[in-house]
Amino acid sequence: MVRLGQSPGRPRKRAVWEGKIVWRAILDSFVKLDPRHMMGNPVMFVVEVGSVITTVLLFRGRGDFAFNLQITLWLWFTVLFANFAEAMAEGRGKAQADTLRKARSETIANREREDGEIEKIPSSKLRAGDVVVVSASELIPSDGEIIEGVASVDESAITGESAPVIREAGGDRSAVTGGTRVLSDQIRVKITSNPGETFLDRMIALVEGAERQKTPNEIALNILLAGLTIIFLLAVVTLQPFAIYSGSPQTVFVLVSLLVCLIPTTIGGLLSAIGIAGMDRLIQHNVLAMSGRAVEAAGDVDTLLLDKTGTITLGNRQAAEFIPAPGVSETEMADAAQLSSLADETPEGRSIVVLAKERYGLRGRELSSHEMEFVPFTAQTRMSGVNMNGNEIRKGAVDAITRYLANHGSEMPAEVQATVERIARGGGTPLVVAEKTRALGVIYLKDIVKGGMRERFDQLRAIGIKTVMITGDNPLTAAAIAREAGVDDFLAQATPKDKMDLIRREQAQGKLVAMTGDGTNDAPALAQADVGVAMNTGTQAAKEAGNMVDLDSNPTKLIEVVAIGKQLLMTRGSLTTFSIANDVAKYFAIIPAMFAGTFPVLNALNIMHLKTPQSAILSAVIFNAVIIIALIPLALRGVKYRPMSAAALLRRNLWVYGVGGIIVPFIGIKLIDMLITSIGLA
Amino acid sequence: MTFNGWLQIAIYLGLILAVTKPLGIFMTRVFNRERTFLDPVMRPVERLVYRLSGVDENHEMHWTEYAAAMLLFSAVSMLLLYLIQRIQLHLPFNPQKFAGVTPEHLAWNTAASFTTNTNWQAYAGETTMSYFTQMAGLAYHNFVSAATGIALAIAFIRGIARRQMKTIGNFWVDMVRSCLWVLLPFCVIGALLLVSQGVVQNLKPYDTTKLMEPQQVQHINADGKPAVDAKGQPVMDTVATQTIAQGPVASQEIIKEYGTNGGGFFNANSAHPFENPTPLTNYIQMFAIFAIGAGFTYTLGRMTGSQAHGWAVWAAMAVMFIAGVTVAYWAEARGNPLLQGVNQQVTALQPGGNMEGKEVRFGITDSTLFGTVTTDASCGAINSWFDSYMPLGGMIPLVNIMLSEVIFGGVGAGMYGVLIYVVLAVFIAGLMVGRTPEYLGKKIEAYDVKMAMLVALVFPLVILVFSGVASVHNFGTSGISNPGPHGLTQMLYAYVSGAGNNGSAFGGLTVNTPWYDTSIGFDMLLGRFFMIIPMLAIAGNLAQKKYVPPSLGTFPVTTPLFSALLIGVILIVGALTFFPALSLGPILEHLLLAAGKTF
Repeated sequence: MVRLGQSPGRPRKRAVWEGKIVWRAILDSFVKLDPRHMMGNPVMFVVEVGSVITTVLLFRGRGDFAFNLQITLWLWFTVLFANFAEAMAEGRGKAQADTLRKARSETIANREREDGEIEKIPSSKLRAGDVVVVSASELIPSDGEIIEGVASVDESAITGESAPVIREAGGDRSAVTGGTRVLSDQIRVKITSNPGETFLDRMIALVEGAERQKTPNEIALNILLAGLTIIFLLAVVTLQPFAIYSGSPQTVFVLVSLLVCLIPTTIGGLLSAIGIAGMDRLIQHNVLAMSGRAVEAAGDVDTLLLDKTGTITLGNRQAAEFIPAPGVSETEMADAAQLSSLADETPEGRSIVVLAKERYGLRGRELSSHEMEFVPFTAQTRMSGVNMNGNEIRKGAVDAITRYLANHGSEMPAEVQATVERIARGGGTPLVVAEKTRALGVIYLKDIVKGGMRERFDQLRAIGIKTVMITGDNPLTAAAIAREAGVDDFLAQATPKDKMDLIRREQAQGKLVAMTGDGTNDAPALAQADVGVAMNTGTQAAKEAGNMVDLDSNPTKLIEVVAIGKQLLMTRGSLTTFSIANDVAKYFAIIPAMFAGTFPVLNALNIMHLKTPQSAILSAVIFNAVIIIALIPLALRGVKYRPMSAAALLRRNLWVYGVGGIIVPFIGIKLIDMLITSIGLA
Repeated sequence: MTFNGWLQIAIYLGLILAVTKPLGIFMTRVFNRERTFLDPVMRPVERLVYRLSGVDENHEMHWTEYAAAMLLFSAVSMLLLYLIQRIQLHLPFNPQKFAGVTPEHLAWNTAASFTTNTNWQAYAGETTMSYFTQMAGLAYHNFVSAATGIALAIAFIRGIARRQMKTIGNFWVDMVRSCLWVLLPFCVIGALLLVSQGVVQNLKPYDTTKLMEPQQVQHINADGKPAVDAKGQPVMDTVATQTIAQGPVASQEIIKEYGTNGGGFFNANSAHPFENPTPLTNYIQMFAIFAIGAGFTYTLGRMTGSQAHGWAVWAAMAVMFIAGVTVAYWAEARGNPLLQGVNQQVTALQPGGNMEGKEVRFGITDSTLFGTVTTDASCGAINSWFDSYMPLGGMIPLVNIMLSEVIFGGVGAGMYGVLIYVVLAVFIAGLMVGRTPEYLGKKIEAYDVKMAMLVALVFPLVILVFSGVASVHNFGTSGISNPGPHGLTQMLYAYVSGAGNNGSAFGGLTVNTPWYDTSIGFDMLLGRFFMIIPMLAIAGNLAQKKYVPPSLGTFPVTTPLFSALLIGVILIVGALTFFPALSLGPILEHLLLAAGKTF
C-alpha cells in the first residue's frame, strides 16, 4: 500500500517549523491572550494575571525599573509562547483543512427527478435521498451509495492515494465520497448526507480542531495541574509574611516570578498542543478519529481483533497441491479440480486452474465446448462445481461434500477424511472434490502469512496487548494459522454475532477492545468495540459505526493507531514530570536570591553560583519561558515510543524526563545567567 | 554515632518487620468479619454493643453515609469531652479537686485535639485534668479516635478491593471491632508490661515529699514575671518539698502510643519517669507507635489481593524512616560545633553529642529514634525536647509531619494518607507508560484526581495560612521564646503538628492563648476532617468501578521502581510546598549556626 507523501491534496507529514504556519501562529498567539480563552487553561491564566499585575505595577514606577521591565516582558513571553505552541498545533491542522476545502468547491450535480428527467442543480442543494448520475471525469457531488453501475474513482483528494479504485453497486464497495472524481463509466448514486454533514465537512472540522473537546485523561491532568497551581499559589503568597517576619520583604515582581516559575507552565503551556498534535499524527497516518476520546482509548486497548484475511494473511489462499483419494489418479483428480473451478472467478478458484496447468499441463478448456453448466457457490449448499454430460463435479468444504455424498447414498472415505484433517492441522484449507458418489481427492489451499507479522505481534505482546485472529475457517485451520502468525488467540468459524459476543466478553472483564471492519455486518461490532476503525473502502454503515476511519483501508494500521494513542498519553505524562522536576532547580535559583541580601549565609543554597540576585531570578524566568518554545517540537512529534513493558517504559521515561528534568534547568539557568550578565542585562 | 546505637535502630526496624504480617493478617480477618481467636470473648461484647445501640451489623453504607456517621460520632464525642472538662469538679475521681478547665478556648482546643487524634496539649495534665477527665474524657478519645482512623483506612482499602459495589462497609461495625479486637487486647497486655517496669497505675491523691536538698528558685509575681527587689536583684524562694503526681498512668500510656495519640498523662510526656521509666518501656512505646501502621501495609496487600504491593508500600515507608532517623541521629550525635572545648565525645561515662533537652536514661539514640518514630507516625508522644535539637536534627520531626505522616503513619491515617500519594503517583506513572492510569485494576480518572488534589491542598492551606498570619501579628510572635529563624520554626511546627494531627510540640512556644488555642483547634479539625471527606469520596468512587485486569502494559505497583516513585512523589510534593518556609526556618538557622550566630 502506498503510504505517505506524494499527492498535494492529501494530509501529509509536515516539518515542525513551516514558514506560513509559524507566521499565522505568531499572530494567533496574541489573539489568544483574550482572558476568555485563557480561562480554559488555569495554569497559563495565572501567568497572565501575574503579567497584568506586574505590568500595572511597572507603570506605577517603583523599584529597579530595568529589572522589573525585563521580568514583566518575560512573563508576557511565557503566556505568548504557550499560546504559540497551541497555535502551531492548530495551524498545521488548518493548513490541511485549507487543501481539503479546495476539494469541497461547488460542483453541478445531475439530479434525477421523480419523473426520471435529469436536472442540473448546485451540489450544495443536494439532500439525503436524492439520486444523481455521475459520468466519467465528473466530481461526485456528495457522499452516497452507488445503486447502479461500476466506475473507477480517483479518491486522491481524500486519501492521497493516486491509483484509482473500483466502486460498484451492491456489496461492501458501494460507498463513494463527495469531492472524489469518477474516471471511467457512469454510475447512479443515492446521496446519503445533507449539506454540511458530508465526510469532507467532518474531516475539515476534525483537522481544524474545531470540534476538539478535552479528553478524559486531559481533564484529569488539568485538575492535577490546577491543584498544583493552587498549592504553589499558597506557598508563594504565604512566603511574604515569613519574609516580613524575617525582615526581608519581597517585591511583587519577585513573588510573581517565583510563582510563575513554580507552577507547571511547561506542561500547562503545551497541553493543548499535545492533544491537537496527537490527532494530527493520526491524520498523517491517514486515519481520521471522530473524537479525541477514541485516540486516548486506543492507547488503553487490551485486545486487538484482527481479521485473518488481508490483515494477517495475504488476501487470498492459493492451491498448493492436489491429493487424490485412493484409487484415483493424480491427473484425474487435477482434471476434475480444474473443471470445477473453470467458472470460479474467486482468486482461490483461479489458483486451482493455474496449479492444474502448471503442475499437470492441463490447459484451460473453452467453456462452451463441453455443454457445461456451472453451479455457483451458494450459502445454502456451500459448494460450487459443474454439471456436464450427466455427470456432476462438486468442490467444497469437507462437511458440505460429506452431505453431498450422503445425498447420493455414499460416504466420505476415511483416507480422504484423514488428508483433510492433516491439511487443516497444518494451517491449510482443504477443499474436497467429488463426483456424485465418489470422492476424488482434496485440494490443498494454503494461506500465506504476511511477512513481519510475527514480529509485530511479539511487540504487541510486549506491551501487554492480546491479539485475536478472526476467521471463518474451521478451528483446526485457524489454530494452525494462528500458530504460524504468532497471534495469542483466534476465533474460528466466526459469524458477526460471535464477533460481537467476543467483544462483549472481553469488555465484561474490563478490557478495551479494538477492531477493524468494512462490511455492513461489521457495523454492530464496530460500534460495540472501544476503538472501531472502519475502512474507507467500506460501507457507509461501517464508517458511521466506527469511531475512526482509515483512508488507506489498511487493517494492519490498527497497530499504529494504538501506538499513537499511547504516545499521546506518554507525552503528557513525561512533560508533566519534567515540568514538576524543573522546580527543584528554580527553588535553588530564586530562594537564595530573595533572601541572601538579608542573610548572606543563604548563598550556600546558590549552588549554581548565579551572579547576582537579579540575574538569578531573571534567568529562572527566562528559562521557564524558553523551555516552552524548546519543547514545542517534542510536543508536536510526541515522545519516542518503543514497544516494551510498562515497567521498562516507566524506568526509561523517569530517567529521561524525571532525572533529566531535575538536571536540565540547573544547566539551562546557569547558561542564561552567564549570557545575560555578560551582555549586561542584569 | 555508635555501633550500639545503630544496632538498636536495626533491631527496632526488625521488630516492626516481624509484626507486620501477623498483625496484618489479624486485622484483615477482623474487618472481613472472619473468625479470630478472640471471638469467644469479644463477640458477645460486640453483640451487646449493637443491641444497646440499635446498630444493624449487616447494614452496608455508601461512602456519604459512612462519612456522615463518622462526622456525627466525632462531633458528639468532641462535645462530650468539652463538657467533662468544664464540669470535672462535680464529677468523681478528682482527689486534687481540680476546677473545671478554663479558659473556654483551652477546653475547646483540647476537645478538638483529642477528637482528631492529635493530642496537642496546651495544658499540663497533672495540674489541670482530674482522673475522671483523663480516663473518661481523654483515654476514651485515645481509643475511639484511633478506632475511627482504623475504620477509615479499612473503608478505603475496601474501596480499592471491591468491584462494582456502592458500599464501603459499616462505620459503627468497623469502629467497634477496631476497639474490641485491635486496640483493647494489646493495650491490656502492654499496660501490664509497663506497670512491671514501674509505670504507676492508681487513683491516689498526689504525694508530697521533702526534698533532700532544698532548692532556691526565683519568685514569680502574680503577673507571671520573675520578681526583682529594689536593687534589681532577683527575689528568691526556697523550695523544700515536692509534689509527686499520681494517677492511672499505665492504662493511658499504652494507648497513647498504640493509637498514635501522643497526649501525655503528665506535661513532660514520655520524658516523665512515671510514664516512661526505663529504656525497655521506651522500646515498647516506640514499637507500639509503628505496629498498626506497619500491619496495615500487609492488610492492604491481603485485602486487595496484591501482597507484593503491600510490601512495596512498606519498603517505601522503611526507606524514608531510615533516612529520617539517620539525619536526626547524625545531627544530634555530632554535637554542637559552637561548644568548643566541651567534650562531646561518646565515652563509657557520657552519651556525648547534643544532650540538651534529652533524658540521660535514653541518650542520643533512643531520643532521636523516638523523635523520628513519633513524627513519622502521627503520634506526638515525646521523650526529648525538639526545641533543643540542632537545627537539622529538629528539622527532621518537622519534615516528617510535613510529608503528611505517611511513614507507617498514624493508625489508619497513615494508610489512607499514603494511598492518596499512591493515587497521584500511579496517575503520573500511568500517563508516562501511555495508558489511562490504573491502580490495582481500578482506573484513576478525573474525579479521583480531583479528590486526591483536594486532600493534598488541605495541608498547605491550613498550615501556611495560619502560620503566615501568626508570623506577622503580635498575637502570633508574642508566643515565641527565641527570635529569628528559630522562632519561625516554633510557629510553623505548631501548625504543622496540629494539621498533621501529630500533637507533638516543638517547644518554646506559649500556646495557651486565645489565638493559638483557637487557630490550632481549627488547624486540627480542618487537617483531619477536610482530608477524610474527599478521601472517602475516592474510596466510594473506586468501589463502584469495574475491575480492569492487569497486563504487561499496566505499570506494576509491586516493584522497587514503584517504591522509588512513591518516595519521589511524597518528597517532591512535600518539599515543593514547604521549601520556602523551611529555608527561612531550620535551614537558615543551621547556616547561621555554622557561621556562629545562635538564637
